[in-house]
Amino acid sequence: MFEKFEKFERLVGLASEPVENVVERGAVRKFAEAIGDSNPVYVDGEAAKNSVHGRLIAPPTFPRTFDYGSILGAEAPDNGLIHGDHRIIYERPLFVGETVFCRVGVSEYFEKEARSGTLGFLVTERFGETPDGERIFTMRDTVILTPAVRATMEKRS
Amino acid sequence: MSGPGTPDWKVGDVLAEKTLPPISRLQLIKYAGASGDFNPIHTIDDAAEEAGLPGVIAHGMLTAAVMGSLLSPYLGIGFVRELYTRFSGMVFVGDELRVGGEVSGVEEAEDGRLFSFDVYVRRGEDIPASGSVVFAVS
Repeated sequence: MFEKFEKFERLVGLASEPVENVVERGAVRKFAEAIGDSNPVYVDGEAAKNSVHGRLIAPPTFPRTFDYGSILGAEAPDNGLIHGDHRIIYERPLFVGETVFCRVGVSEYFEKEARSGTLGFLVTERFGETPDGERIFTMRDTVILTPAVRATMEKRS
Repeated sequence: MSGPGTPDWKVGDVLAEKTLPPISRLQLIKYAGASGDFNPIHTIDDAAEEAGLPGVIAHGMLTAAVMGSLLSPYLGIGFVRELYTRFSGMVFVGDELRVGGEVSGVEEAEDGRLFSFDVYVRRGEDIPASGSVVFAVS
């Protein structure tokens, strides 16, 4: 019971291969609509030209839609995962139409005892870079694994 | 782009609180499609019940997006440099969310000014998410 859940501990330090993504105009429009923020700088080329950016940009949380590749063994069931927190840091805005190479890595895993049992905290980092390797954004997320998730995964492995 | 001019925010200034239309199931379906997050606890009642929830819950990242949209009126003159969201509660269909914030710092940077905000998403007195935004004005 006090032994750490090894399955996750051994993922720390692993990373995916970069995956090529394109910030598609239609995808940005649909995303903006879904979040209830159809800002002209996301969707209207003319308005975007007159903005300080000079072109269309994507909403700050849009990078969540990208494919970051996968880390073998890091697949977790959908149910019972709790999103603890999310941080995204931009070096510059993300432009509509640009190509972004994305990858994900596991940076930390730790556990805490709670009333419901042992909770696991999995911290991942996601990166978006230009084809030249220039960093555009860095994302850091904490996902909480409930005792139910751990039980399901232990059964599977 | 029409919109507010360069803001002269000072520490302690409060941004006007924004009230959003109640979260609808259709919005959750749209967000699932737009984001690619098809976890059924966000869209299908049976799946939510199976997970021990009283009903479908909004995607955490939708709440984060709502928080990020607080600075949206100023995107013609700058961009969101950093967005931090801490999830502290679940958001359900029908919830009317309000998003607001307060200036917590002003900093001169190489490429312009950085304004920091403490931000929150509230439903009545409940705070399902809170965090911070750094907005860069060049």
